[in-house]
Amino acid sequence: MSAANLVRRPTLDVAADGALKPRAGRPAPTAAVIASAAVLALIALFVVWPNLFTGWDPIRSDVAGSLRAPSAEHWFGTDRLGRDVFSRVVHGARYSILIGIAATAIGVTGGTLIGIGAGLSGAFVRGAAGRFLDEALTRIIDVFSSLPAILLAMLVVTFTGPGIGNIAIAIGIAGMPLYARVVRSQTMIVVRTDYVAHAAVYGRSRAAVLVEHVLPNALTAVPVLAAIDIGTSILAVSGLSFLGLGPQPPTPEWGVMLAEGRDILRIAPWAGFFPGLFITATVIAVTIVGRWFQRTADRRIA
Amino acid sequence: MTDHPLVAVEGLSVSFDAPSWRAPSAPVVSGVSFSVRAGQCVAIVGESGSGKSVTARTLLGLTGPTGRVSADRLDIGGRDARAFTEARWREVRGGQIGMVLQDALVSLDPLRTVGAEIAEVLHTHRVVPRGASRSRAIDLLEQAGVARPQERIDQYPHELSGGLRQRALIASAIAAEPRLIIADEPTTALDVTVQKQVLDTLRRRVDAGSGLLLISHDLAVVAGIADHVIVMKDGIVVEQGPARRLLRSPENDYTRWLLAAVPSADSRGLRLARAEDGAQSAREPLPPRAIVRDETVLEADGLRKAFRRRVAVDDVSLRVARGETLGIVGESGSGKSTIVNLLLGIVEPDAGTVRLAGERWAPLPERERRRRRSAVQLISQDPLSSFDPRWDVARVIAESTTATGLSGAAARDRAAWLLERVGLSANVLARHPRSLSGGQRQRVAIARALAPDPRVLVCDEPTSALDVSVQAQVLDLLAEIQAEQGMSLVFVSHDLGVVHHVADRVIVMKDARIVEQGDVDDVFLHPREEYTRRLIDALPEVVGS
Repeated sequence: MSAANLVRRPTLDVAADGALKPRAGRPAPTAAVIASAAVLALIALFVVWPNLFTGWDPIRSDVAGSLRAPSAEHWFGTDRLGRDVFSRVVHGARYSILIGIAATAIGVTGGTLIGIGAGLSGAFVRGAAGRFLDEALTRIIDVFSSLPAILLAMLVVTFTGPGIGNIAIAIGIAGMPLYARVVRSQTMIVVRTDYVAHAAVYGRSRAAVLVEHVLPNALTAVPVLAAIDIGTSILAVSGLSFLGLGPQPPTPEWGVMLAEGRDILRIAPWAGFFPGLFITATVIAVTIVGRWFQRTADRRIA
Repeated sequence: MTDHPLVAVEGLSVSFDAPSWRAPSAPVVSGVSFSVRAGQCVAIVGESGSGKSVTARTLLGLTGPTGRVSADRLDIGGRDARAFTEARWREVRGGQIGMVLQDALVSLDPLRTVGAEIAEVLHTHRVVPRGASRSRAIDLLEQAGVARPQERIDQYPHELSGGLRQRALIASAIAAEPRLIIADEPTTALDVTVQKQVLDTLRRRVDAGSGLLLISHDLAVVAGIADHVIVMKDGIVVEQGPARRLLRSPENDYTRWLLAAVPSADSRGLRLARAEDGAQSAREPLPPRAIVRDETVLEADGLRKAFRRRVAVDDVSLRVARGETLGIVGESGSGKSTIVNLLLGIVEPDAGTVRLAGERWAPLPERERRRRRSAVQLISQDPLSSFDPRWDVARVIAESTTATGLSGAAARDRAAWLLERVGLSANVLARHPRSLSGGQRQRVAIARALAPDPRVLVCDEPTSALDVSVQAQVLDLLAEIQAEQGMSLVFVSHDLGVVHHVADRVIVMKDARIVEQGDVDDVFLHPREEYTRRLIDALPEVVGS
């Protein structure tokens, strides 16, 4: 056998100073992501500037013109009280979307605080007191997450009474366990990392380590979770409104409209179909965009 | 025994389809030729990215859907493997060629007992009838050097130590009596004594007539077992030949350079890394260090620490003089890491004290220790995990420069000076540590640890994740800086060769206690304790002197 077989050296993707080149940035958005983003942009315009799309008042009834089929004048037809369904859908976006976002914000804030508290008390607070606090908070999270979110939200509304603010709070509370759980485990992992140990070795104070290392790294997953969770919250808002626990008629909320359209589904299907279509389209679009955001973030972290 | 080789490879090239259209598809292995005969151990040596593992995987048809293999000859058991179907490859894997991978913990199914793991191979290749598989598995474990195989067979991987897991894996690899065993870094994560046992097990198989293809980055491991050595670099074979000849008088510059980079007793006080001119010249000396024997910088007295009921460190006393390097060796679980944490003041001792420059250092409330923290700094094993994952190099270094009270332009100047000192260009400041190579990352970690002008640098396995050549550069750099700054080093490692190269005095740890301590030459060349002697006997040497 020959002593050496020297063939040409393979070329590798190496930067000038000898390091391997980092992988190229974010994945290109697919057609579905672009379409979903367009849907969300349209719905955002509904929320911000509904009068751009329709001149009809969403509340004013016109009994003489009730239950009209979709036409050039009334794009989505009219409901039992003669209100323009398209106008109600456009104006209703404001309620469904904003309550959904508010609920998510409440869930994120509350869940994150509980999660950080539990994670830090387990790792930072010395001795039995810390363990007890962590244990107590974790058990509360467990109790809450053992109930289905929608049931939990209904339970909260039974105490607070129906209304826009109340269902936002109810759905927010129901969403908290998800964030609390993730943030707690992330916090405990980050507290034990080498870079936190190094920061301590430099003589940095516990508060500085907390603000600069622990919190930012423990919370990286939260925006990604929230992006997908917004869709779920919007669905929950519509669901509770459908059951009469949210905004009350004549508010043009999509779930309320769905409930009103249910009785006349045989004679005027458009009154229920269009709000339902928009709920579905919004939730799907939010989920697709959220998942794309998640993939981008995963790639950035990995 | 047939006369044709177990495997014969000529002009093997492997490339991978680029994951995206942006990156060019580069050959990972090109023009590799070798053969393995029965009763022969062939070793492929190379650093990370040299293509050694890909070469081994090609022999099992495991290059994956994106792999493109071409060869002038690729014979397995005398048959042309280039035309093998997937079904044929399945017969080869386990049947003709057994594979032992580096990490036995991930290679063994955690939900199955060792016996079930071995039985699977026996059933797949229909070696013995089902009823007989248990006794056969016990037999195999015994052959693989597992003591009390009747008990071990019903245990799960997590119940076994690293060495036992690796031997269980060997047992399953030899279950179908393959003619050839491929072992990819079989001992990398293991302690020296366990490493020796695993290598002995493999060597016995070779002496019994099977072939062994050993993949390793460690020349010393290879030297003790191989008959024929192949040195790979960047996907090509730079040199191959009989082990004795190649390791004693290498012809190729790269091989020579690789051999010279291995730290040992002979390299003390000398540079490991040399110019790539072929390393013909003698080793250059390192700058001399001034050790002030009667000035104690760090001193521990009767340290004890237990976690729950497990005692991690028991009655450990040590002292480090100014400018001195204290080595701490021991196998995993001997308490080395706990000593590191106690010396750094991250963990408070249950009993005993640590004094820094005569003043109390631990136990002490963190508030009183904080202002003196800059005096003791740490370099850890895995630099990447010691950097905040969101930060670029500039911020990583800034964190430690600001800890010394510098800010603004002064901090930036200091960072630039530090980077230059560790041999990095200033443009890495804007880079993320993830995009740096392993050696560059460890240099950043060193720069960061130097920033506060420490009196003691605690190095916890600082080079065990690095290639030999990079390790050589990092060790040289540490020695230079130590000579220049006059600081003391506490150097913790499981690698006795590295410790012998860097340390002045050494502490040998076993089961939370100090077994032996003293001058590094005394301890390593004339060990008094039985345990130290076993450690040193187990240490493979590149060239048997």
